[in-house]
Amino acid sequence: MQATSPIPASGLDALRAEVRAIEASRRGAGSKTLPFGIDPIDRKLAGGGLATAALHELAGNSNSLNDDAAATLFAAGVAARTQSNGGTVLWVLRRRDLFAPALARAGLPPNRLIYAECARDEDALAVIEEGLRHGGLAAVVGEVGRAGMTATRRLQLAAEDSATMALVLRRWRRGGDDPLAAPSAAATRWRIGCVPSLELPTSGIARPRWRIELARQRGGQPHHWIMEGIDEAGRLALPAEPAHRSAAADRRHGAARQVA
Amino acid sequence: MAIAAACPLARALGLYPAMAITQARALVPGLDIRPAEPEADAALLTGLALFAARRWTPRAAVCGTDGLWLDLAGVAHLFGGERAMCERILRFCSRLGFDARIAAAGTTGAAHALARFGEDRISLCGTGDEAGAIAPLPLAALRLDDAALGAARRFGIENVGELMGMPRGPLARRFGKDLLVRIDQALGRAGEPFDPVVPEAPPRATLRLLEPIVSAEAIGQMLADLIATLAARLQRQGIAARRLVLVCERVDGREQRLAIGTARASRDPKHLLHLLGMKVEAIEPGFGIEAMHLVAERCEPLPARQIGSGVAGGTPASDLPQLIDRIVGRIGSPRVFRCGAVESDVPERSVRRVAPLEPIAEWPRLWPRPVRLLARPEPVDQVIAELPDQPPLRFSWRGQMHRVRKADGPERIYGEWWKRTAEAAAVRDYFQVEDDHGARFWLFRSGDGVDRRTGDLSWYMHGVFA
Repeated sequence: MQATSPIPASGLDALRAEVRAIEASRRGAGSKTLPFGIDPIDRKLAGGGLATAALHELAGNSNSLNDDAAATLFAAGVAARTQSNGGTVLWVLRRRDLFAPALARAGLPPNRLIYAECARDEDALAVIEEGLRHGGLAAVVGEVGRAGMTATRRLQLAAEDSATMALVLRRWRRGGDDPLAAPSAAATRWRIGCVPSLELPTSGIARPRWRIELARQRGGQPHHWIMEGIDEAGRLALPAEPAHRSAAADRRHGAARQVA
Repeated sequence: MAIAAACPLARALGLYPAMAITQARALVPGLDIRPAEPEADAALLTGLALFAARRWTPRAAVCGTDGLWLDLAGVAHLFGGERAMCERILRFCSRLGFDARIAAAGTTGAAHALARFGEDRISLCGTGDEAGAIAPLPLAALRLDDAALGAARRFGIENVGELMGMPRGPLARRFGKDLLVRIDQALGRAGEPFDPVVPEAPPRATLRLLEPIVSAEAIGQMLADLIATLAARLQRQGIAARRLVLVCERVDGREQRLAIGTARASRDPKHLLHLLGMKVEAIEPGFGIEAMHLVAERCEPLPARQIGSGVAGGTPASDLPQLIDRIVGRIGSPRVFRCGAVESDVPERSVRRVAPLEPIAEWPRLWPRPVRLLARPEPVDQVIAELPDQPPLRFSWRGQMHRVRKADGPERIYGEWWKRTAEAAAVRDYFQVEDDHGARFWLFRSGDGVDRRTGDLSWYMHGVFA
C-alpha cells in the first residue's frame, strides 16, 4: 500500500475506537484509584486518585535528609491506605537508616510490614518485581538509587498485571543529581519537601507541612500543593489557614492559595 | 494425691516421692506444686533416645519411665573409650538440666542395676564381673515385683549377693520363677529382648542416570522429576518440607550440594521447583552428573487444608510464605525480616529484627520518633542553648547552620544500667526542633544540665523527622 493512499474516514474512526478499546482493556484492572480524600489533590489527578495498579515514583525535594524523610512518610501513608483491612506491605531497603517506629505512627504497624534489605539496586528492583508479581500484597515500597527506563517499565507492567501498587522511593545520592531527572515509565512522579509549619499560639511544634509536587503524571498536568503531613491513619490534611495573615506569609504560602 | 518426683532441693526440705501432698504442704508452707505429666515425660525420653540413636550409637532404647539403654558394642572407641563416652553423655545431660547416672556392663540387667543403685555416677563393669559388681546392691536392683521383694524381706535377705548363693530350686518355689529370670538376665545366662528406637530417615527421592548429564535443561528436568516424586511421598506421609537438600553425585566422585529453606512447610512442587531453580545455576556439573538425591532434611506435619476459593466474595488466602521464600532465595535469609519492639527506651535498641511471619510486639506511640535514625548519634557544633532544659537556639550539623524556630521537649531517657555499667548515671534529653526552613531534627543533649555525672552537656544529632 502506498503511503499517500487515502484511508476512508470511517476506517480511521474504527481504528481510533479499536485503539481506545485496547487501552481500556490494558488499564482494565488498573482503573481502580486510591483517592487522597482531599479534593484539591484528587481533582488534579487523572482518574481522581492514585492508580492502584501502577508504579509511582517519589523523591525528596532536595538532597537533605528531611525531604527524604518526608517522601518516605508520604509513601508509607499511601501504602497504609491501599487496603483498609490491613494487607501486608513489602518494604525493600537499600540503606539501614529507616526507623520502623515512625512507620507505625504513619499507619503501618509492624505486623503489616515485611522488610527486604538489598545490597544492590539490581537486587532491589528484582525483589520489588517479585513482590508485585505475587499479587497478594497491599503495596510494595522500594528504595532505589538508580533505575532506568527498562527497569521502571518492568515494574509498571508487573504492577498492572497484579493490580498491586508500586511506590518507588528514588533516594538522592551523595553526588547530588536529581533522581527524577532521568525518564521513567512511572504513572506519577512526586517530589516532597518540608516547609515551615504553622505558628502555634503557644510554644511547641505544630503538625508538619510539606510541599507536595506532582512533577509528572500520565494523562494529566503537573501541579503542587502545600499540605499538612500525614497522621496516624496515613492521611494528609489541608492546612488550616489563618484568616488574617501578613503579606509576607501570603507570598510564602502562595502555592497553597493556588489550591483554593 | 502424692508426690511423683522431687528434685534434690525438695529432698533437702524433707520431701520425697510418694509422700502425700497434704503432708508436704504441712511441712513446707507455700509449696509450688505442679501436676505430673507422664505423657510429656515419656515423649521427652523417647526424643532423647532418638537423639542418642543419631548421635552416640545406632541401637538405643527407652528403659521404663526413667532411663535409656544404649548398646555400646563397637561404638565406645569412637568416643575415646567407655569412660570418656560416659563422661561426655553425662556432660550433655547436665547441659540439658538433667541429673543423670550411668553404668556400662556386659548385660542389660547389670547395667540397669548399677546405674540406679551403684555408688558412683559412672559405674563401669567389665564383662564377666557382673556377679561381683551387683552382689552388694539391694534386692530392688533386680527389677522384682513388690510380692517377691516383700517375701525376701520377710526372710531377711538384704542384697543380691545373698540371693545368688542360695540353691535355685527353693528360690523358685518361694519367690516365683521371675526372680530366677532376673538373676540370669543380670548375669548374662538368659537373653533379654532389646527394643531399639528407630530414627525416622528423612524422606528422599533418588534418580540414577544411565548417561551422565551436563546441560542445564537436563538438570532442570531431573529436578522436576525428583520434586514430583518427593512431593508425592511427603503427601502420603502428611508432612511437608522446611528444608530441602539436593545432592548431585558427579562422575569424578565429587558431591555438589544445594540447600533451600522455606518460611512455612511446603510440598507444593511448583513452589519448590521455583526455589531450587533459582539456585540451580550454582551447580557445576563438571564431566557430568550421574545421580541426584533430594532429601527433605527438616519436615513438619502439614495435613490437607481447606482454603478459601474467593468465589464467596472474600479475598483468596494469601500465600505470603511463598513470596518470602522467593525473596530469601534471591537475597539470603537474614535480609528478609520484620521489625518488632524491644522493651528499651534507648532508641537504637528499641528495634529488633525477627524472622518474617513471627509474631511481634508494637512500640508505644506516646512520643514522636524520627523517620530516619542515624546509625550512631553525630555530634553537632556551635550550639547555643539555655540550661537546664531549654532546646538549642541554633546549631551546626554537617557543616550547615540551622536556626531553630520551634521546639518540643525535652524527653528524658535514662541509661540502661542493667545492661552496661557505664550507663549507670547517663541521661539523654531529647528535643524535636524545627529550623527556619521547616526541617525537623531529633537532637539530644547528654546530661540533665544539673549533675555533671549524667553527661558532659554535649549535643548530638540522632535522627530527622519529616
